[in-house]
Amino acid sequence: MDFLIFLIVALPLAGFLELLFFGKRIGEPGAGYVASATVGISFVLALIAGFDFLQGGEHGRTVELFAWIPSLGLNATFLWDPLSAMMTLVVTGVGALIHIYSIGYMHGDPGFGRFFTYMNLFITSMLLLVLGANFGILFVGWELVGLSSYLLISFWFEKPSAAAAGKKAFVVNRIGDFGFLIALMLIFNSFGSLDYGSVFEGAEATLTAGTATAIALLLLVGAAGKSAQLPLYVWLPDAMEGPTPVSALIHAATMVTAGVYMVARTGALFELSSVAGAVVTTVGALTAFYAATIAIGQRDIKRVLAYSTISQLGYMFMGVGALALVGGVFHLVTHAFFKALLFLGAGSVIHAMAGEQDMGKMGGLRKKVPVTFATMVIAWIAISGIPPFAGFWSKDEILASVFNRGGGYIVLWAVGIVTAGLTAFYMSRMMFLTFWGEPRWDDGVVPHESPRSMTVPLLALAGLSAVGGLINTPWRPALEHFLEPSFELVDQTHLPEAGVQVALAAVSIAAGVIGLLVAYRRYVSRATQLEEGGRWDTLLAGYHVDDLYGRTIVAPGKAAADVMAFTADAKLVDGAVNGMGGLVNWAGRILSKLQTGMVRSYGLGILGGVVGVVVWLLVAGGGF
Amino acid sequence: MHSTFPVIALLVLLPTVGAVVVGLLPKSRRELVLPIATALSTLPLAVALYILWEFSATDGAAFQFTESVSWYEPWGIGWNVGIDGISLLLITLTAILFPLSILASTSVVKDVKLFMVSMLLLETGLLGVFVSLDLLLFFVFFEMTLVPMYLLIGIWGSENRVYAAIKFFLYTALGSALLLTGIVALAVMYGNETGTISFAFQDLLGLELSANAQLWLFLGFGAAFAIKVPLFPFHTWLPDAHTEAPTAGSVILAGVLLKLGTYGFVRFNLTLFPEATVRLAPWLAGLAVVGIIYGAAVAIVQPDVKRLVAYSSVSHLGFIVLGTFALTSQGLQGGVIQMVNHGLTTGALFLLVGMIYERRHTRQISDYGGLAGVMPLFAGVFLFMAFASIGLPGLNGFIGEFKILLGSYLAFPVMAILAASGVVLAAIYLLWAYERMFTGPVTNAANAGLKDLNARELTILVPIALLVVLLGIYPKPALDRIEPAVENIIERIEEATGHESPEFGRIDDLPAATGENSP
Repeated sequence: MDFLIFLIVALPLAGFLELLFFGKRIGEPGAGYVASATVGISFVLALIAGFDFLQGGEHGRTVELFAWIPSLGLNATFLWDPLSAMMTLVVTGVGALIHIYSIGYMHGDPGFGRFFTYMNLFITSMLLLVLGANFGILFVGWELVGLSSYLLISFWFEKPSAAAAGKKAFVVNRIGDFGFLIALMLIFNSFGSLDYGSVFEGAEATLTAGTATAIALLLLVGAAGKSAQLPLYVWLPDAMEGPTPVSALIHAATMVTAGVYMVARTGALFELSSVAGAVVTTVGALTAFYAATIAIGQRDIKRVLAYSTISQLGYMFMGVGALALVGGVFHLVTHAFFKALLFLGAGSVIHAMAGEQDMGKMGGLRKKVPVTFATMVIAWIAISGIPPFAGFWSKDEILASVFNRGGGYIVLWAVGIVTAGLTAFYMSRMMFLTFWGEPRWDDGVVPHESPRSMTVPLLALAGLSAVGGLINTPWRPALEHFLEPSFELVDQTHLPEAGVQVALAAVSIAAGVIGLLVAYRRYVSRATQLEEGGRWDTLLAGYHVDDLYGRTIVAPGKAAADVMAFTADAKLVDGAVNGMGGLVNWAGRILSKLQTGMVRSYGLGILGGVVGVVVWLLVAGGGF
Repeated sequence: MHSTFPVIALLVLLPTVGAVVVGLLPKSRRELVLPIATALSTLPLAVALYILWEFSATDGAAFQFTESVSWYEPWGIGWNVGIDGISLLLITLTAILFPLSILASTSVVKDVKLFMVSMLLLETGLLGVFVSLDLLLFFVFFEMTLVPMYLLIGIWGSENRVYAAIKFFLYTALGSALLLTGIVALAVMYGNETGTISFAFQDLLGLELSANAQLWLFLGFGAAFAIKVPLFPFHTWLPDAHTEAPTAGSVILAGVLLKLGTYGFVRFNLTLFPEATVRLAPWLAGLAVVGIIYGAAVAIVQPDVKRLVAYSSVSHLGFIVLGTFALTSQGLQGGVIQMVNHGLTTGALFLLVGMIYERRHTRQISDYGGLAGVMPLFAGVFLFMAFASIGLPGLNGFIGEFKILLGSYLAFPVMAILAASGVVLAAIYLLWAYERMFTGPVTNAANAGLKDLNARELTILVPIALLVVLLGIYPKPALDRIEPAVENIIERIEEATGHESPEFGRIDDLPAATGENSP
């Protein structure tokens, strides 16, 4: 069993190493097969290893590989419990599908081997993140997924915008990591350990409310970076520079959910601070609403999905922040299905349109790419919160739990409902502009359906998006039951009573339907074209937040560095040194006869001096 | 310790013997100089590996392989040498970096023989510093490094070499003067106390010094070491020296020479002047934090990539000093392992910068662009080393930084938090430089036809890359050897001063994994 769990990580790692050294030689399509196979087998192994958890009550095990930093008590240890098993299944399952899809999508790219090398590195890193049994391994995975993300966003590095986007993603994430690191310092300072077991079990007895709040909020800073929440979300829209399968896997289904996973995993710490929980929920709600408004105004199909991802991650934060840990994690799972599908579908559309991403140049694609269209419709309904598709169940569980907390949380619930309406609207807008109406294609574009390697993963994800929500329904909460052992230390928020639940569900379904209908009237009945000008431009530019950050943080920061480097350092500090030197030099003119200007003769003089001292010591000491 | 054979003497003298051999090579056979010098420099490496193998980790606190030959009995001056867990790793690092940087010196054409002689003498000096247990001997070796390095910069450096060499020389000589004064004063004080003057480290450890004497002596020693490190604001010799030096010089400067300062602090200041250490620790930690942020910020805007790497050293060395003066076991262990890590990664970055300089003869970042398409292997190795330097977990730099941050938080929380911002800045300066040099289209035609790494260059870089991974994933063997020596120093400080290293700073304080113990 332990070996099985080890293999789950070791296989993608072996794939990565093989491709790193022999990827060029293996070439296309072999590299894709190696990568897909390793991830696929990991998925199967995870299914086998996770089977015991289905009976319920099983707490899982830790698998210790070797001592890593012994004096910090940090070992390379995996924790195989229901939560990590579930995450592993999502990562390897969705990962394998996207790997297979990529074999078709990346066909003919000169970097084919390199692409799959990075993809396997990502899977390995993400598995470390979710399987680590302590904050150390979590952080290793956390940083390595950041590295993979950097490499994959700037995959087409000849493109300056892609290279810049990769760097931006890494740097913004590092700002989040700054918070994460301080949280780790505080945790180590309080517990003398970074082991999940010691920390979570000792938390209540050890931490004061203040320390717990500080730790939780600092962890949130890290989570907000990785999961693209306000105010650190700015890297994610730019991350769309990466190949579309990357956006699907890393920037929708898995890596960006790491922050949600982290909050859920550390629920025992968040539970101790009602302030931190409220902050997380508020950040989530605000991000969900804010990003949804921006998504409305996007023209690039991938950017719609990027802002949509930020928004949906906001829902997950609302869930875990309100201590509806199961709800948050549940939405993580369903979102992985339908958002991966939307991205892969968008990739298929882009593929069909010969690289075009501007929805202004799409339209009328229904008949041209029927499989892509049909599968995307399922994802569209799922994200819009229409039952019985996947998104409805998870989003509703979150919103109902938030409502049930009462007080100020009811306001956040309302924000969530409004966002649900906006979600249905922008997603419908995207679908209508892409698939309905008259073609607005550029000359010479002949849309065609994608190859089987791409459509089969679409169909698989469509199936999951349709029925995936049924793993946790109010009358059969299988996922909740499954995850119970992982969350037993946390007193979770419960769902309201049945009648209230039905009423709340009705409200959120209504919001979704209204969003759909408004979009239908606007983009189908009246055949509205893509909007331009005025407020639409502001939305398109994401409220110009990038400019704002540029003007208020980047530019002043660089100016400060310039002052430090070229004024303070060169003139003041070094000037003082040279000034002293000048003084000495002036005095030294008296001895100027010795200055021959030859470096070598100075050197010989010094050498002679040192030798002289040694010789004197030898002689004075009686020699050998 | 396993035999009476003077293995340390052999280690230290082998490079000098090598220098003599190289010096005797006939003038007509210039092409033999580099291969022979490389081969000769692997001999000390073999001895260092033997020592690494034979070193007893469980006895890491004790000096091993000790040799003691008296020269001048009345003053207790002698060949007193030994190796503990701290010096062990620095010796290994030194012995590894020399063959690699000599092998990287193919572009040296002027006076190749003198160049190699200087390198090998420099190696003797550096190895000598790390094994000396006699303060005068230490000083002699400390000074001995100065001359060859001065020549390396002054003769084989680039345009501004003479200025850089003289600045390096005068600056460090100033420190040395204070150090020598301190050493002599200490020996004389010992003489006043016991009747016989002694320079032997073990003797001096037993000396009880007044708080005032400790303070002055700490400052005397500390000035020399602070300049070497270099600690802000004594750092401005560094960017000039690193940038102007030939590749091998920069590698050794950053990789080993700077560690003379941090090693000196750990070996002498912390142990000989514990009270002054406790008193001045917050100040030194403060300067270290300033250096971390300042060095990184200045690095961001450097237009010259070699200067950028040089300033990154100021930042990284700040971490080492912070960890040292946190006076916690975690911080100090982190500081020591980080000396090795920085030597490897920054050494590699200087090697890489040297390799591209040999192809294009420019260090200006703006002269490059799109290199990843032209030299994919070179780009990959550069990015790898950059991430090691950024402190990516899984690679070596993280281990030290993480321990330093956790360890110094226990003592100086605010400073540790400020220092942690260094991880953001490091990502900015290195990745921005990478973006400008390696990504985008090839805009400058001169970059279009550049050759990727050749076999010789890979031979230089691969061993470092392997160590970077090894020390990142499995640092335990290294840490196991450092830990006892570090514990020894912290215990000494605690006993001598009543200073208490904060909770969880010591391995004994770690609660059992059950999590039942809580403060």
